[in-house]
Amino acid sequence: MADQERFVDDAMEHMPSLYTAAMRMTRNSSDAEDLVQETYLKAFRAYGGFEEGTNLKAWLYRILTNTFINTYRAKKRRPEEADVEDVEDLYLYHRLVGYGGSNLGRSAEDEVLSRITDEAVKTAIESLPESFRMTVLLADVEGFSYKEIAGIMDVPVGTVMSRLHRGRGALQKALHDFGMERGLVEAKPL
Amino acid sequence: MTEEGRTGPPSGEWGAVDCEESIHSLYHYLDGELTEERRRELQTHLDQCAPCVAKYEFETELRRVIADRCKDHVPDELRRRVANAIDHERLKSQS
Repeated sequence: MADQERFVDDAMEHMPSLYTAAMRMTRNSSDAEDLVQETYLKAFRAYGGFEEGTNLKAWLYRILTNTFINTYRAKKRRPEEADVEDVEDLYLYHRLVGYGGSNLGRSAEDEVLSRITDEAVKTAIESLPESFRMTVLLADVEGFSYKEIAGIMDVPVGTVMSRLHRGRGALQKALHDFGMERGLVEAKPL
Repeated sequence: MTEEGRTGPPSGEWGAVDCEESIHSLYHYLDGELTEERRRELQTHLDQCAPCVAKYEFETELRRVIADRCKDHVPDELRRRVANAIDHERLKSQS
């Protein structure tokens, strides 16, 4: 059983990643701040029941996810589109580098990737439906395992894997579309 | 049809994994979710297949770019708000 007195020391260091997730999920700083504050308050109240030695960050994410679903999603009048378009594997690679493999060379590929801006990444992530967005954030930004994500989101591991596969494809397409709009990516003959 | 098969070794020629399987396993590999045996099989393929390595390197770099560029700075005001809210809660539970 965890000591509530130690909560601040133990839990506060995770605020930057929780705030980033809250920003992507709520898409605005005012709701994100409220969501983070509510998450910390709920976590503090429940901290006595947290089993020391288990993953504190995953536990905080679970509270954040549930709070988001119960509070912020409930505010919406219309449920969000819950599916994404299927896109081929390596969507971005094929469009930026080509099907024939690497004819640009490593440094040119890195140069293309270095042109992806913060705004492009945030916009692309926020364009994903919520369940896909959260799964991709937990895996690709936070590095949680499939099993940890399944625990945080309370879904089977198979669902995590399928959301990741489709969510990552949709994210690559969104990044590409954003780049096309801004003229950052040239239309490439396939 | 995918074109991976055209650029790398055909199935069975270079170890137990062909290009199509290698690309199929790409994300599980990057996610660290393969068994040790499967990881070794895949590594054997990658050691000999430059086109697959290029794709693995691209996806690795893309993931790093995504993780690095979607972070937000926590406002100082939020840190204060949370600290105050917890102090308040602590006092409430003690009284």
